[in-house]
Amino acid sequence: MLQKKNLWWLVGVVAIAVFPLVVTNPLYTSIGLFTLIFMACATSWNMFSGYSGYIALGSAVFYGSGAYTMALISTHANMAPGAAMFWLVPLAGVVAMLIALPFGWIALRVRRHTFVVITIAVFFIFQLGASNFAFTGGTSGISLPFITWGASYYFIPFYYVALAIVIFITIVSAAVRRSRFGLQLLAIRDDEDRALGLGVKVTSVKIVGFTLSAFTIGMCGALYAMEQGQIYPQFVFSPVFDVSVALMTFLGGLGTLTGPLLGALILESSQQYLTVSFSNGSLYLILFGSLFLIVILFMPQGIVVFLRDRLTRKADLERAMIKTNDVALSGSTR
Amino acid sequence: MAVLLSAKDISRSFGGLKALNVCNLEVEKGSITGLIGPNGSGKTTLFNVMTGYVRPDSGTVTFDGDDITSFEPDKVFARGIGRTFQLTRIFGRMTVLENMLVATQHDEGWIRSMTRSKSSQVDVDNAMEWLEFVGIARLATLQAGSLSYGQRKLLELAYVLVANPDVILLDEPAGGVNLTLINQIAERIRTLNQQGKTFLIVEHNMEFVMNLCDTVTVMNQGTNLVSGRPEEVRANPLVLDAYLGGGDDEEMEAVHG
Repeated sequence: MLQKKNLWWLVGVVAIAVFPLVVTNPLYTSIGLFTLIFMACATSWNMFSGYSGYIALGSAVFYGSGAYTMALISTHANMAPGAAMFWLVPLAGVVAMLIALPFGWIALRVRRHTFVVITIAVFFIFQLGASNFAFTGGTSGISLPFITWGASYYFIPFYYVALAIVIFITIVSAAVRRSRFGLQLLAIRDDEDRALGLGVKVTSVKIVGFTLSAFTIGMCGALYAMEQGQIYPQFVFSPVFDVSVALMTFLGGLGTLTGPLLGALILESSQQYLTVSFSNGSLYLILFGSLFLIVILFMPQGIVVFLRDRLTRKADLERAMIKTNDVALSGSTR
Repeated sequence: MAVLLSAKDISRSFGGLKALNVCNLEVEKGSITGLIGPNGSGKTTLFNVMTGYVRPDSGTVTFDGDDITSFEPDKVFARGIGRTFQLTRIFGRMTVLENMLVATQHDEGWIRSMTRSKSSQVDVDNAMEWLEFVGIARLATLQAGSLSYGQRKLLELAYVLVANPDVILLDEPAGGVNLTLINQIAERIRTLNQQGKTFLIVEHNMEFVMNLCDTVTVMNQGTNLVSGRPEEVRANPLVLDAYLGGGDDEEMEAVHG
C-alpha cells in the first residue's frame, strides 16, 4: 500500500518536471509556473490554517512582503539581472517569517472568527502601507532589474525553482503532520481548551505554526516579483490572493496533504488557461462559482476527503461482508 | 493524612452573580473526595478555578505546598492535576490513540516537538496500556467522534491518566452513563486509588458518591456547607435543606426582593 502511494507521488513529480520539456510553448510553461506557485502557497497555508482550523485571510501579507523584499534588495544593491537573484528567494521567506511573528502574536490572542477579521485588517494595513510609503514606490510600484533571457527559455528557471519550493513545502507539511507538533495543531482544531488542559502550550504552538507557514508564501512572492520584473502594491497585496489560497485548499480538502495541491492544480491552471485562451480576465469567475457550488453541495469536505471516504467505505463494506460471513459460519457451530 | 490539594477562601463573581463566595476545600493525599451540591452551587466553577481555566477574584489554590492560583491550564496539568469535563470533551476528528498521544507529556521546545514523531513506540505502548485499563483498547484506531457517550467518558479518563497525574478531578463521571458502565468506572477509580492516586469527584449520583468517597464536601450557593464522612453528611439537616428547597426559597426571595 505504502509503496504504491509513494509511486504515485513520484509519478506526479516526474510528470510536472517533464511538462515544460514536452509542452515547449512558453505560454503553457507560464501557466505551469503560476500553478506551482499557488500549489506551494496553498500547501503552506494549509499547514497552519488547515491543521489548526484558524482560517487566516491575510497570507497576501507574506506574499507581498516577499515580493517587496526581492524588489527592494535587488534594486538597491544594483544586482546584475539573472540567476543570482534567486538567492534572494529564501531571504524573502525569512523576512516574511519576521513579519509573521508579531502579526501572529497579536492576531492569535483571539479565537477563530475574531482571528479571521484581524488577519483581514492587518492585510489592508500592509496594502495601504505599500501604496503610500515612499520607499515602496507608492502606487506605481517598483521595477526590478530587467532579466534578458530569451522568450522560449524565460519561464524555465522560474518553473523549476517553483517546483523545488512545492516539493520542499510538501515534505515539510507531511513531516509536521507526523510530528507531535502537528498532532497538537490538530488537537487545537478539535478543541482548543481541552488541548490546553492536557498540557498543550496552545499559544506558542499556534504562533510557531503561523510563522512557519509564512516562509514558503514569502518565497513565492519573491519568485513572482522576479519573474514579473515589475510589482504593484494592489497585485502583490491582493485580497484575491488571500481568498484564492483558502478556496483552493477548501476545494481540495482542508487539513489534508494532497488537498491543497490538487485544489491549486485544478483552480489555478484552469483560471490561467481560460484567461489566456479567451483573453477574458473574468471568465474564470464563472467556472469558480459553479465549481464551488458543486463542491459545497456534494463534497463539503473537499475532493480528497470525498474520494477517500468513497474508497474506504467500499473497502469497509467488503470487510464487513467477510466478517458477517465469518460470524454466520462460526455462529452455527455454537 | 496530608492535604495535597486545597482551595482557600476562593471567591469569583460573574457579573452580579457570586458563583463562589469564600469557598474552602481540602483534598487529602490518597483520598477519594466527593463534592456535591445542588445545581448552580459552584462546583464546576471551583473545578475551573483549581485547574486554571478561571481566575479567582480572591483566594489561593495550593498543590503539594505550592501556590498554583495563577497557573495556566497546561501548566496545571504538567504539574500533576488532571481533569475531565462535565460534557465530555474529546478530539472528535482524531483517532482514539491520537487523542491519547496529545496528553502524553514531553518537556521540550517546539523544535524538538516538530522533529519528534507523534507516535513513538514508548508513547504508543503507554497509551495502549491505559486504553486497555479502561477497557477501550479495541477502539484505538477509530475516529474518536464515532464513540458512544459512555466510551467518550472512558477515553477522557484514559487520556488524563496517560500523563500520570497525582490528583484527578472528575466532573460528573457517572452522568448520563448506564449502570454497568457506572460500576466499571467506579471499579477503575478504586483500583487507581489503591495505587496511590487522589481523586476529587463532582457527582449527582448519590449512590455512586456514598459508596466510593472517603469524605464528602457539600456546596451550596458558592460556599462549602459541610464536610465529613459520607454517612455523617447524609444525616446532616443542613444538607437536606440545601437540596430540598432551602436554596429555592432564598432564590425566590432574591427575585422578589
